[in-house]
Amino acid sequence: MPEDFPSNSIGIVTPQGHHFDQPLTLANGYTLDTYDIIYETYGTLNTARDNAVLICHALSGHHHAAGFHSKEDKRPGWWNHYIGPGKAIDTHRFFVVSLNNLGGCHGSTGPTSINPKTNKPWGSRFPTLRARDWVESQKRLADVLGIQQWAAIIGASLGGMQAMRWALEYPHKLRHCVSIAAALKLTAQNIAFNETARRAITSDPEFFDGDYLNHNTIPKHGLSIARMIGHITYLSDDGMGKKFGRELRSGSFQLGTDEPLEFEIESYLRYQGNVFSTVFDANTYILMTRALDYFDLAREYNDDPVAAFSHAQCQFLIFSFTSDWRFSPERSREIVNALLHAKKSVTYAEIESDYGHDAFLIPNERYHQAFRTYMQRIDISQSKKIDREDKHAH
Amino acid sequence: MRIDLDEIQSYISSNSHILDLGCGEGDLLLHLQEKKNITGVGLENDPNHIAQCILKGVNVVEHDLNKGLSHLANNSYDVVIMTLALQTMKSPDKVLDEMLRIGKECIITFPNFAYWKSRWHLLIHGRMPVSDLLPYEWYSTPNIHFCTVRDFEVLCHERGITILHNTVVARTRIDQYMTRWNKNLFGETAVYHLTR
Repeated sequence: MPEDFPSNSIGIVTPQGHHFDQPLTLANGYTLDTYDIIYETYGTLNTARDNAVLICHALSGHHHAAGFHSKEDKRPGWWNHYIGPGKAIDTHRFFVVSLNNLGGCHGSTGPTSINPKTNKPWGSRFPTLRARDWVESQKRLADVLGIQQWAAIIGASLGGMQAMRWALEYPHKLRHCVSIAAALKLTAQNIAFNETARRAITSDPEFFDGDYLNHNTIPKHGLSIARMIGHITYLSDDGMGKKFGRELRSGSFQLGTDEPLEFEIESYLRYQGNVFSTVFDANTYILMTRALDYFDLAREYNDDPVAAFSHAQCQFLIFSFTSDWRFSPERSREIVNALLHAKKSVTYAEIESDYGHDAFLIPNERYHQAFRTYMQRIDISQSKKIDREDKHAH
Repeated sequence: MRIDLDEIQSYISSNSHILDLGCGEGDLLLHLQEKKNITGVGLENDPNHIAQCILKGVNVVEHDLNKGLSHLANNSYDVVIMTLALQTMKSPDKVLDEMLRIGKECIITFPNFAYWKSRWHLLIHGRMPVSDLLPYEWYSTPNIHFCTVRDFEVLCHERGITILHNTVVARTRIDQYMTRWNKNLFGETAVYHLTR
């Protein structure tokens, strides 16, 4: 491990890919004949193979959750604060698997991939996906890695919803489900934000009904606005106020002047939107937001979350954040109440934070301590670790 | 262990499903898990207490009891317990009703305000009693609804609540002996095992 990285960093990590030949029948009836999944692993799988942890990413996440891809890499993986040696998801104890979901745009098969039947990008023809499709593809990845049962499946937001779906689809394949800032289903307001974002994308003239890659373009403006809308909802009013207030980026209100004005928040959002629109795929954004909208944990259980959770066998850890209004604490309490009614083992903490929905990513002492303490209590075999040499070879 | 935990344990059957309201650092639930193989969960509002529960492997759900318990289903627990917290509730009578709705039985412990030392403190000093068990000044105390053993039994009678067991405990041997003669005067902490 290079000396430049702090001792609680995993250091350099290298993504791996797996090609799946076995057709995958999706929730919408469509069959994907072949597909690829890109993933990273951190830590080492023990000989009992009972220390594996699956990370499910959120809307715009990907497989690179921790560590750096190179020495020159400026930013570590998206959940680096919480995954690493001695951290909440301690890579000294756990073998962590983090993948890019099917339909993503970071290496797993998705709308930007080439459809083998047409030799063109999938684009608008990529099938719609639901959380259960991700669960199924993640389960197949577990089979490839020789993981019969996850010590824990962990996710926030859309990732937390996948983790709960796992608990119902494969109750015996996980011992703990950690669902952070999630919900049993989205509210009308939440769907409304997603639809507004999607409309921003689809009304961009460069969208071409989703087949923009065939026209050698991308709906940059639409995706950028979609991201700006999303970003507002991931922050809290207070947090935004503290960070930006009414500070001006340029111009002034001095009488007699008419120079162009820009607030810091405008500049920030525009920057975030622009960056995102060049690194993320518009069809994937549409696909992921639709999967969020469609998700309803209890739909097939007569809309009864208690009946749904009665199938679960694992223990649950639920977190919410006080200033999160996109996935508010109330939504997490609905999860907790259903789990209590179903007589499931559940621990719930409502973490004080100004950072809104984004709080799950940001360092927070109470959150980290509670998360870490819980994870430390998960039983794993103390057997000799395998491919230890591999890890230190980096 | 707090002085009333042994009494509580004696009222609980093995393998019960337990809800502990205001579970603190989870000591009672941990004790009952070890001695009686119970399942259950504690509700707690204090982040430090919640952290301790997680450390001990006790299921804990963050919740402000003053926001009510309407989210919990009827008869969903064998026993609902509240130790030394009833006097901190905004509406203790409603909490009691809710506990008996949610649990088949409930166990309540509270500091007995008619304990002779409290009476002595008020009588001699003319000031609100402050003790090591209740170390708060009147203006900053979380204990806003003190009652006595007799008060509590009147409430149970008025609400038609059945007292399955009750006892009082005291920390000194002489007080404990004297409770046989007068619970309301010598009992420091009251323990009630109730059902509808």
